[in-house]
Amino acid sequence: MSESAILLTPLHALHVELGARMAPFAGYDMPIHYRSGILAEHLHTRAGAGLFDVSHMGQARLDGPDHATTARALERLCPADILGLPPGRQRYTQFLNAEGGVIDDLMVTRPLGADGRLNLVVNASRKAVDFALLDAALPADVRLTRLDQAALIAVQGPAAASALARLAPQSELAAMPFMSMRPIQFGAFATQVSRSGYTGEDGFEISLAANEAEAFARRLLRENEIEPIGLGARDSLRLEAGLCLYGHELDETIDPIEAGLAWSIQKRRRVEGGFPGAGRIQRALADGPARRRVGIRLDGRAPAREGASIVDASSGKPIGRVVSGGFAPSVGAPIAMGYVASAYATLGAPLALMVRGKPLAARVAPLPFHPHAYHRG
Amino acid sequence: MPEIRFTKDHEYVRVDGDVGTVGISDHAQQQLGDLVFVELPAVGAKLDKGAGAAVVESVKAASDVFAPVSGVVVAVNGEVDAEPGLINQDALGRGWIFKIKLADRKQLDALMGQSDYEAFLKTLA
Repeated sequence: MSESAILLTPLHALHVELGARMAPFAGYDMPIHYRSGILAEHLHTRAGAGLFDVSHMGQARLDGPDHATTARALERLCPADILGLPPGRQRYTQFLNAEGGVIDDLMVTRPLGADGRLNLVVNASRKAVDFALLDAALPADVRLTRLDQAALIAVQGPAAASALARLAPQSELAAMPFMSMRPIQFGAFATQVSRSGYTGEDGFEISLAANEAEAFARRLLRENEIEPIGLGARDSLRLEAGLCLYGHELDETIDPIEAGLAWSIQKRRRVEGGFPGAGRIQRALADGPARRRVGIRLDGRAPAREGASIVDASSGKPIGRVVSGGFAPSVGAPIAMGYVASAYATLGAPLALMVRGKPLAARVAPLPFHPHAYHRG
Repeated sequence: MPEIRFTKDHEYVRVDGDVGTVGISDHAQQQLGDLVFVELPAVGAKLDKGAGAAVVESVKAASDVFAPVSGVVVAVNGEVDAEPGLINQDALGRGWIFKIKLADRKQLDALMGQSDYEAFLKTLA
């Protein structure tokens, strides 16, 4: 009998050296936090710049004879407008199943100067499913290449741009628009950089060769503003930013409309369809979905966690469930996201969350919980 | 000098007369990380040894604090209610959670003293 061994990212030795508390995540041994702890790492990311190892995520490339062919192939699996994606730009979308449920959410990027190529970043926990889906669905003239020899490092926070620009002073990094991608040379390190992230802050996601990642990360950490941040703070940051995490806000039974992701389905695709579950999506857009993802603020200080039942505040009748919850360091209070019947999905609507057998008073709150600070330049 | 005893679940009880001051060990607070919420027992609550007495919550998860001995809760620490991080800063001092009037001193014999607890921690590493 064989055990599958835990996987390591190219930065594993560095995490251990920095004193990280490690734990398995999606088959990888990952840093949950370093010596500062989750609270300090979270707050630092919003004040300075945090460095995140996200090499466990699935990077891949599609190559076809021209952009239209590759884009159309991908559009058969996702509801975003990929055909209209300009060179050097990035879009957020989902792979959908026949019922319109989300198989995974992902970033799609059209690199500059490589006609017919699209770069994909998918969730670590879903990459096997995603790559099998692509293998089965792609036409003969579009090839999928998994980029298993690539590392991915995110640098997020208000100081990210200035710290990184210091390492690439002749580059266009500081002026990159939000959701764009450029090749950037940091000294000897050749990288592909997108201006995007998962924290609500300005930030960059940097792809480079796995065998250069440790040296690059060490170089970044020498900049005063940049501190290493673990998965614990990555989760609290994205929760405050109101962002979905696959397996929580998204799964195969949830469609993008009820998840509040209609904004990621551009107009042409809403009208034309041509993606799995298009009928359900179009109906939900026309009539409104039966349930909706909402932000939740609790009246007290006790957190509510994923799985907690949401009940009607007066009758106690179950009306939904919490999919993510915890303490929000920048808000200074417990927050949650959940799904409720649409009748309850109005801002300020009173709810109760069942925690340790007791109903805790709460209310529907606006998302994000902490304002986004994306680069608008 | 109040004697201190530890449980395998990393609670401590520091006994002075027939009242024990209960909290979680320094090892426990390190494992849990930054604490953000404490649910205290009610004053007057009767607890059996091993029963859930309190809950401490970190950013990521909730953790039960079990009564190391049976008795009646005679005081709870308002300071950790207001400032859960006190438990991280000073788990054995200002970070105490509740005080319990012991029902049966003999229960202390089953708990670990300081050096036995330290040896126990080494087996966990």
